[in-house]
Amino acid sequence: MTTRSLKTALLGAAAAGALLASPAAAQEIGACLITKTDTNPFFVKMREGAAAAAAELGINLQTFAGRIDGDVESQIAAVETCIASGARGILITPSDSRALTPVITQAREAGLLVIALDTPFEPADVADATFATDNFTAGVLIGQWAAARMGAEAANARIATLDLNPSEISVDYLRNQGFLQGFGIDILNPTDIGDETDPRIVGNDVTNGNEAGGRTAMENLLQVDPMINLVYTINEPAAAGAYEALRSIGRENDVLIVSVDGGCPGVANVRDGVIGATSMQFPLLMASMGIQAIADFAATGARPSNTEGLDFFNTGVELITDAPVEGIPSLTSAEGLGRCWG
Amino acid sequence: MTHDNPPTPGGHEAALGGADRSLARFEAPRRSPLGHLQHFLHSNPTMVPVIVLLASIVVFGALTNGMLFTPFNLSLILQQVSIVGMLAAAQSLIILTAGIDLSVAAIMALMAVISGKLAVEFGVPAPLALLVAFVGGTLAGVMNGVLVTRLRLPPFIVTLGTWNIFYSLTLYLSGAQSIRSQDIDAQAPLLKIFGVGFDVFGTRVTYGSVLMVALFLVLWFMLNKTAWGRHVYAIGDDKDSAELSGIRTDRMLVSVYALAGLVCALTAWASIGRVGSVSPTSFYEANLHAITAVVVGGISLFGGRGSILGALFGALIVGVFNSGLRLVQVDVLWQVFAIGWLVIIAVAIDQWIRKVSA
Repeated sequence: MTTRSLKTALLGAAAAGALLASPAAAQEIGACLITKTDTNPFFVKMREGAAAAAAELGINLQTFAGRIDGDVESQIAAVETCIASGARGILITPSDSRALTPVITQAREAGLLVIALDTPFEPADVADATFATDNFTAGVLIGQWAAARMGAEAANARIATLDLNPSEISVDYLRNQGFLQGFGIDILNPTDIGDETDPRIVGNDVTNGNEAGGRTAMENLLQVDPMINLVYTINEPAAAGAYEALRSIGRENDVLIVSVDGGCPGVANVRDGVIGATSMQFPLLMASMGIQAIADFAATGARPSNTEGLDFFNTGVELITDAPVEGIPSLTSAEGLGRCWG
Repeated sequence: MTHDNPPTPGGHEAALGGADRSLARFEAPRRSPLGHLQHFLHSNPTMVPVIVLLASIVVFGALTNGMLFTPFNLSLILQQVSIVGMLAAAQSLIILTAGIDLSVAAIMALMAVISGKLAVEFGVPAPLALLVAFVGGTLAGVMNGVLVTRLRLPPFIVTLGTWNIFYSLTLYLSGAQSIRSQDIDAQAPLLKIFGVGFDVFGTRVTYGSVLMVALFLVLWFMLNKTAWGRHVYAIGDDKDSAELSGIRTDRMLVSVYALAGLVCALTAWASIGRVGSVSPTSFYEANLHAITAVVVGGISLFGGRGSILGALFGALIVGVFNSGLRLVQVDVLWQVFAIGWLVIIAVAIDQWIRKVSA
């Protein structure tokens, strides 16, 4: 699966390269996609979406990426290259929501349309628009699902939240707080994880979003209360780690795990009963809609507008579960496997 | 090297009978209690981490009302430190030669991905996949060793480079995606053997924890009871004099890096059991945690001094600190803060001990 999507991405990139080399390139509309890294399947999927849309609309797409998440220098250089190449628009997942502001402003002053994908700038209006997952809604969906699934028992839930890292970045608190609110807990300050006073919350710990961290964090919280029965996780690798910790003490079947992302291994884990429900996001859509927006901008000068009531354009979230509940629309894991990324 | 007894007077030396013989003493006649401690620690460097470990167990035991000592928690500490502990064993080998290896965790992640890919996705029999990983880990170590000895590059630079190289390969080969626990169970359960265990006093001891302790004992034996081990210490103490005394230092160094690479590959196997899945993004900073354990364990970064068992104690100290602070509900931020001070204090103590005049 993974190697195939990688290959597709490579083919896509090769196709973009071929377009670049064609003599007609001078008249073509140029666009750039700059991701945090080019290895994370989330960004690989993004590139696929951009390459497909660009091929369809006859746009000349250049792709760039940082070496690792947080590699600001490479992204700045990429934006500069992009301005110099005469492209009409930039799609970027900023590695640092603040540090890139000057170069992005420079790009907009040069007449380019800049759209942030997945990660908003701070403030969001540094870019012309943001196409992203509504992470708070993603959390609310799994929270509501868990509450409905537990029924009357929700009043006695013992909840652990497995978060990202100590810096509490926006995606981290949005998902966490969305989940808690969806479950019916008073979240107090919506940008602060762990300020809640609801006695049903056993505790929270950080995972760095990977399996090893998920397992250790779960073990730690089980020490505080071995009877935890509902576990929120920042993403699916952390959920897989938490499941291993529960399995090692024989409790994997009586604890509900919920998560966010929609990566293919995560959806497969929904199918196999590891994860009860996960909120899927759509990186491919973010990128293809971004390319469409650049094409529209080049043709008519129109800039994309935000979803009503939000400071970004919501690219949607789908709940994936094999135990659907009344009143919350969801897809099965089988349907989810057809749409997952990575 | 002390000469407490002056030579027996006899023959012409009898003429010196009345002379002051105190010059023959190499040792200062009096030492303050602190000086005694300093001298004692100088000759027994492993005692520092042992004392710190015991002290931290007592303190956190009291702070947590004994919760630290529950069999469940003790088993957990062992499991949680096992991967960093094993990497610290590999790291100790390099640090004893006055080098440093930033690539240990990257070698481990790469070998975990290679064995996982081969066994789970390509259907290679698990023992063969593991063998490939062992050979691969050893070769990765040889690469470090050859770059250090043949090109005369500082180990810090070489392994900074190979850390990035191995990490990139890991992401490329895995597509930055984990191999799921359920798929490993179905295709190659052998890869997860170190995650299972046996029950002692009603709590689970994993084979991974046993492996870590066994690894330290084997390496301790090699370092202390074989000529190879004495050569490792000699090179770390003074490479030039080791060379002059006939040790083929370059060849020795390559063998040390190769062994460290093999230990990393073994750790890769253990990590699959610990994590449950093959996760290319887990343990990204474990190289630094391994250095922390080594330093806290009283092994000198200047090479040639310290026992490898110190690294085991160092890893356990960090484990007890994390567990204890967590049990008293201290924010994770302050756990990191505490470990930071632990490192600085450990190196400061090492410097102080080094000042002792033999």
